[in-house]
Amino acid sequence: MIQADLTIIMPEIILSLFAIAALLGAVYTGKDKFAPMLVWATAGVFVTLALWIGVNGEGTNVAFGGMFNDDAFSRFAKVAILLSSAAVLVMSQEYMERKGLLRFEYPVLVALAVVGMMVMVSAGDLMTLYLGLELQSLSLYVVASLRRDSARSTEAGLKYFVLGALSSGLLLYGASLTYGFAGTTLFSGIIQTASDGSISVGLLFGLVLIISGLAFKVSAVPFHMWTPDVYEGSPTPVTAFFATAPKIAAMGLFARVLYDAFGGVVSDWSQVIALLSLLSMFLGAFAAIGQTNIKRLMAFSSIAHMGYALMGLAAGTALGVQAMLVYMAIYVTMNIGTFAFILSMEKDGQAVTDISALNQYAKREPGKALAMLVLLFSMAGVPPMVGFFGKLYVLQAAYDAGLAWLAIAGVIASVIGAYYYLRIVFFMYFGAEQDDALDKNSSPVLWTFLMGSAAIMVLGLINLFGIEGAAAAAAATLVN
Amino acid sequence: MSVAVFIFYLFAICTITGGLFTVISRNPVHSVLWLILAFLSSAGLFVLLGAEFVAMLLIIVYVGAVAVLFLFVVMMLDIDFAELKAEMAKYMPLALLIGVVLLMQLTMAFGSWEASAQAEGLRGAVTPTDTHNTAALGLIIYDQYFLIFQLSGLILLVAMVGAIVLTLRHRTDVKRQDVVAQMHRDPAKAMELKDVKPGQGL
Repeated sequence: MIQADLTIIMPEIILSLFAIAALLGAVYTGKDKFAPMLVWATAGVFVTLALWIGVNGEGTNVAFGGMFNDDAFSRFAKVAILLSSAAVLVMSQEYMERKGLLRFEYPVLVALAVVGMMVMVSAGDLMTLYLGLELQSLSLYVVASLRRDSARSTEAGLKYFVLGALSSGLLLYGASLTYGFAGTTLFSGIIQTASDGSISVGLLFGLVLIISGLAFKVSAVPFHMWTPDVYEGSPTPVTAFFATAPKIAAMGLFARVLYDAFGGVVSDWSQVIALLSLLSMFLGAFAAIGQTNIKRLMAFSSIAHMGYALMGLAAGTALGVQAMLVYMAIYVTMNIGTFAFILSMEKDGQAVTDISALNQYAKREPGKALAMLVLLFSMAGVPPMVGFFGKLYVLQAAYDAGLAWLAIAGVIASVIGAYYYLRIVFFMYFGAEQDDALDKNSSPVLWTFLMGSAAIMVLGLINLFGIEGAAAAAAATLVN
Repeated sequence: MSVAVFIFYLFAICTITGGLFTVISRNPVHSVLWLILAFLSSAGLFVLLGAEFVAMLLIIVYVGAVAVLFLFVVMMLDIDFAELKAEMAKYMPLALLIGVVLLMQLTMAFGSWEASAQAEGLRGAVTPTDTHNTAALGLIIYDQYFLIFQLSGLILLVAMVGAIVLTLRHRTDVKRQDVVAQMHRDPAKAMELKDVKPGQGL
C-alpha cells in the first residue's frame, strides 16, 4: 500500500529531497558562492517536474486513504505553480545578486514553499491542507524579511507572520468545528455528512471560519490589510513571487475545500464567496487610485484580480471553476511580465518604485514601453488582450449561475480599475518631460520575460494556447 | 455525581481559571505560571479521555520545554508590560464589544449543536482497535499519516533554516574562536623565552 502511495507523491518527494540536498551541499561547500547556480538548478528542477506532471500524469489517483489527491485539477495547478515559480526565480537571480541578497537559502526556501503549494492543491484532508499551507506560509514569511538590514523588509516579514498566524488560528478553529460535526477530517467523509443541502449551525461556523482563513491567504477583502505593506516592504523579486505561485496555490486550495468537502452545500458558501469577490473587486479598484508606489499598486491590483477569480468560484459550477483556473493562469502570466518590468526599473543602480519615474519612458525605450502597454491593457481587461477574455470567462460563469448582479458589479469595478492601469500608460507616453531618466537596463533575462509575457497577451487570443481544454478537464474532476 | 465527572469539572475549572489569569495577571511571570497550570489541567483532561500519550506529551513538551522557554524570554526581555497594558486599555471597549458578539455567536452555534449521524462511526474508523493508544498512534503515524508526519518535519526544517537565515551574521569586526588553529599552535613559535637579568630591563 505504502509503495503505491509513495509513487503518487513522487514529485513532492523529489522536490523535497532536492531542497535538502541543495541545503546540505551549499552549507558544506561554497555557501553563497553557489547561490546563482542553485537558483538556476532549482528553476530547472521546477520545469522538469512541471513537464513530468503535465505529460505523465493521468487519471485520478488517491494516496494515503484519501489524504492526498492526484487528479487533473491538482496537475493543472501544479504545472502553473512550478512554471511560474521557475520564471520568478530566474528573474530574481540578477537583482538579488546585485543587491547582495542572493543567499543560498533563498532557492531552498522557495523550493520548500513550492512543496507546500503542491501539497495544498492536492489536499484531501484538513490536516494535509493545514500542513501544506503552513509549509508554504512559513517559507514565505522568511523570504519576505530576507533583506535584514531594511526596517521595511523586516516589518513586512513580521506583519505577514503575525497576521498569517492569526489567519491560521481562524482556519484551525474552523477545522476543529468541522471535525466536531463530521467526525472526520477527510474531505470525502465531510462531504458525506454535509450533503443533504441544509447543514447544522456548527458546521456553518466551521465553514465560514475556514473560508476566512483561506481568504486571508488569497488576500481577499476584508482580509487584505497585510497585502500592500508586505508587497512594498519585501525585496521586489520576492514580491513577484508572492503575486504569482502562492496565489494559484491558495485559489486551488480554496476550490478544493469548497467542492471536495463542502460540495453538497454550494448555496451556503457561494453567497459568502460572492461577497468576498464583490468587496475585493471594488476595494482593489478604488484604493489603487491614490497609489504612487508601483509595488503597492500591484498589491491592490492583485486584490482586485483575486476578486474576479473568486467570482468564478462563487458561481458554484464547473464552468466557474474552469473560468477561475483560466483567469489565474492569465493573471500569473501578466504578473510575471509586469514584475520583469518593475525589476528593471532603476535609476543610478538604485531600484525605483515611484510611477512618476516612468514619465516619457516610451521615448527612450519604445519596445519595452509597448510591451508594458500591452500588459497593462491586458490587466485592465481591454480587448483584444488575453486579460479581457479571462474577465469575460468569469463574468459569463457568474451570469450563467444566476449571479447577474455580481457580473454587473464586476464590469463596473473593472472600468474603475482601468483608470490606474491607464494612468501608468499615460505617464509612459504623455507624461511631463523630466531630466533624470531611468537607467537603460539591458538584462536579457528580464527583457525576455517582459516581451514573452506581452507576446502571450496578444497571441493568446487565438486559442489561449489550449489551456481552456486542460482547465475544463480540471474543473470536471472537481465538480461533479 | 460520579468520580470521573467530578474530576472532569475540577480539571475543566482549573484550565479555564488558568487561561483567564494568564491573560489578566499583571506580572508576566505570573502569567506564565498560570499558563503552566492550564497546560497541566488540560493534560488531566486528556487522561480522562483515555489519551495518556498526548497528556504526557503536553506535560513534557509544553510544560517542560515551551513554558520554561517562555519564562526565560519573559525574564530576559526588557519589556515594559505596564506601558503595553496602557496601550491596550485604549482599545478595551471595542475589544470587549467584539468579544461579547463572538461569545453570543458561539453560544448560538453550540446551543444548536448536533453532530452528524455518521460522526461517531467516522471518528472511530481511523484508530486501530484493541491496542494501547501509544501503540495505536505509532501504527498510524508511520503508515496512513506518513505524508503529514513528514510534512511536519519539513515545516520544522523551514523554521530552522529561517531562524538561521534571519539571525546569523558573520561580522568581520568580532574575534571568533578557531579551534583547529588553536590546537595547531606551536609553542616554539608563539612564545619566546627571555632571560632577564636582575636589575636590567629588556
